[in-house]
Amino acid sequence: MPRRDPVYLDHAATTPLRPEAIDAVTHALRLVGNPASIHGAGQHAKRLLEESREQVAATLGADPIEVVFTGSGTEAVNLAIKGLFWRRRAEASARRILLPGGEHHATIDTVEWLAGMDGAEVVESPLDGLGRLRLDALAAELGRDAASVALVTMLWANNEVGTIEPVREVAELCARAGVPLHVDAIAAYGHVPVDLHAIRRETAAPAGAGLVAVSVSAHKVGGPVGIGALVLDRSTRIEPLLHGGGQQRRIRSGTQDVAAAAGFAAAAGATAAHAAAEDERMSRLRDRLVAGVAASVPGARLSGDPDPAGRLPGNAHFSFPGCEGDSLLFLLDAAGVAVSTGSACQAGVPEPSHVLLAMGRTEAEARGALRITLGRTTTDADVDAFLEVLPTAVERATRAGMADRVTSFDR
Amino acid sequence: MRVLAAMSGGVDSAVAAARAVEAGHDVVGVHLALSRMPGTLRTGSRGCCTIEDSMDAQRAANVLGIPYYVWDFSERFKADVVDDFIAEYAAGRTPNPCMRCNERIKFAALLEKALALGFDAVATGHYAKITTDAAGRRELHRASAEAKDQSYVLGVLTAEQLAHAYFPLGDTPSKQLVREEAARRGLSVAQKPDSYDICFISDGDTRGWLAEKVGTAPGDIVDRTGAVVGAHEGAHAYTVGQRRGLRLGTPAADGKPRFVLEVRPKERTVVVGPKEALAVAGIAGARFSWAGADPVASGLVAAEGDAFDCEVQIRAHADPVPAVARVATDAAGSAEFVITPETPLDGVAPGQTAVVYVGTRVLGQCTIDRTVSAVPVDA
Repeated sequence: MPRRDPVYLDHAATTPLRPEAIDAVTHALRLVGNPASIHGAGQHAKRLLEESREQVAATLGADPIEVVFTGSGTEAVNLAIKGLFWRRRAEASARRILLPGGEHHATIDTVEWLAGMDGAEVVESPLDGLGRLRLDALAAELGRDAASVALVTMLWANNEVGTIEPVREVAELCARAGVPLHVDAIAAYGHVPVDLHAIRRETAAPAGAGLVAVSVSAHKVGGPVGIGALVLDRSTRIEPLLHGGGQQRRIRSGTQDVAAAAGFAAAAGATAAHAAAEDERMSRLRDRLVAGVAASVPGARLSGDPDPAGRLPGNAHFSFPGCEGDSLLFLLDAAGVAVSTGSACQAGVPEPSHVLLAMGRTEAEARGALRITLGRTTTDADVDAFLEVLPTAVERATRAGMADRVTSFDR
Repeated sequence: MRVLAAMSGGVDSAVAAARAVEAGHDVVGVHLALSRMPGTLRTGSRGCCTIEDSMDAQRAANVLGIPYYVWDFSERFKADVVDDFIAEYAAGRTPNPCMRCNERIKFAALLEKALALGFDAVATGHYAKITTDAAGRRELHRASAEAKDQSYVLGVLTAEQLAHAYFPLGDTPSKQLVREEAARRGLSVAQKPDSYDICFISDGDTRGWLAEKVGTAPGDIVDRTGAVVGAHEGAHAYTVGQRRGLRLGTPAADGKPRFVLEVRPKERTVVVGPKEALAVAGIAGARFSWAGADPVASGLVAAEGDAFDCEVQIRAHADPVPAVARVATDAAGSAEFVITPETPLDGVAPGQTAVVYVGTRVLGQCTIDRTVSAVPVDA
């Protein structure tokens, strides 16, 4: 297949830095000063850091004091889940963690580690066929013995299939049950409103319960890689992962990265300012892409919510039955189109999507999955290029998929 | 041509890929994921997939400037290599999993997938040569690097598979030269240690691993007359030629050490006898294949069924032994490859592969079904 200008349709993996973020980072990188230092240079750095924190807080409906910068979204998720679990176990002897199917590995592996090493009990909570948490099952589980539940964790929107989750409803259930809720909003942030205070207010959340923690990451909204944040309700206490200089209210020790925070703030601010128009533009492109795939590839099946309002605006996710995801990815890459089979795994091994399995799909379907995610820089021409190369790639990958099962070289 | 370079993360496959690039081919590197749980495989093992090996392979591909992907063959590998290995041992045979992997994974599943995706050939870091005869037919030969020659484990390849196989290291006289070349090319795996163990048995304890998979099945140890001389916990733990660990209660009449002569798992019986009885005068197998042209097409014999002179090798690093071989077809039409070595072979177990050479050329192979003892029972 001929090579063309690269077409990047994997914005959920990471999206290009916004120019505002590049400016903010490079400006801040030239400054000297540890924000924890007392002298003028330190105070200058501290001021830039706190301005950044305010700007990020404003995009999340939180007070600046509630924004804890971390080294990544993964660290924020770890801090929330382990920090809440350790505190709830110590204070209330609560050990159960309610874990929905189809979570990101940052959550799954953290919870499994707590179960294996630290006495947590995992209670799995099912998804429906669209990848949405089943409220009835969760409510039943919370109704059983709320006092033994250390925390509930969930996604704001699924990072693979793009399904927007019923956060407000779960927050309400948790508020009533007196259980803390952590939400991984890494995929949703910048695309759907994430407002800590609004949800706490609307769900009448008591101190330390209901929605208390939200994880986000800068590079998913055009900020630099290497910084995330845990938004932690000020009435909620957690145990830290990192001990040391006591920065950030002792919740996250370590010298703070002023330049990364400045880049994060600039990207978050710019994303929020353009969110409405951008989401509308991306939804339109996405809907055209979905319609184009349906028209050109017989048997393609859209995963997640078919209602555009129920999924992230830039997300399209398909299974191509009989087609190996890794072959498809290879052929599209060779044709200059970058997409994904799901979330990247260890050793780069494309495993069958655990999200699709949690949605009740077969392993064969979970293997032939393709995630296409649009972003700020995506154009009509990108969608056209994708639609042009896809049918041939699917046809060829289907043949390779057959080779994968039985080969004519077998004797 | 478009070449898929299978990259294990070791030095050989990295240099093979580098040479394919240098030869002007359009090369893509692919690492085979052979286990869903990468931590359960040995690092540094040939063709296997710990996270470290995958990272080494990726870095080598980056240095060479070629695209790199990981393809999941774990299901096929489990079904065709690991489960086959267990089943063979459970049946009292001694399989060669590396051979099975070449036969069914690298030059079957991977090759077929590569062809379907538009590649012309699969390149590996195996030490073996492919040449073309006057009629344009491909032949498989021993490598120039005698000590590293891997033509034995490639003996299962057929003409069709050889047509799409590419071994860039075949002409290199020694592995040391490959390591030096890797260092020159800036490949970080230049000094990565070799491994000779079975990649899917992470601690190298084949007996223990098998005991876990096959379970225990106690039975008798008997001599060649059928007299019970000891007991065992599971026949699969014994290999033809084994002497140690038999713990026999009844000593041999002549007081000489006894060796495992035969393993019969269905009867839960292990047969032992004197060292001389290990000698095998003939081997035969119904599962055989030709690595290119068959003996008739090669001009070795005038008609199928005629005997021809050759050399036979029964292990990856055994010395080849002069032999006479022929394809014998019975009245019912079923064919068997029968090999008669000039001097008896020692320690031959059913399940092993006999590879037949004519000079440096690999003519073909058979999986050994039965052996003919060189020593009668009453000897």
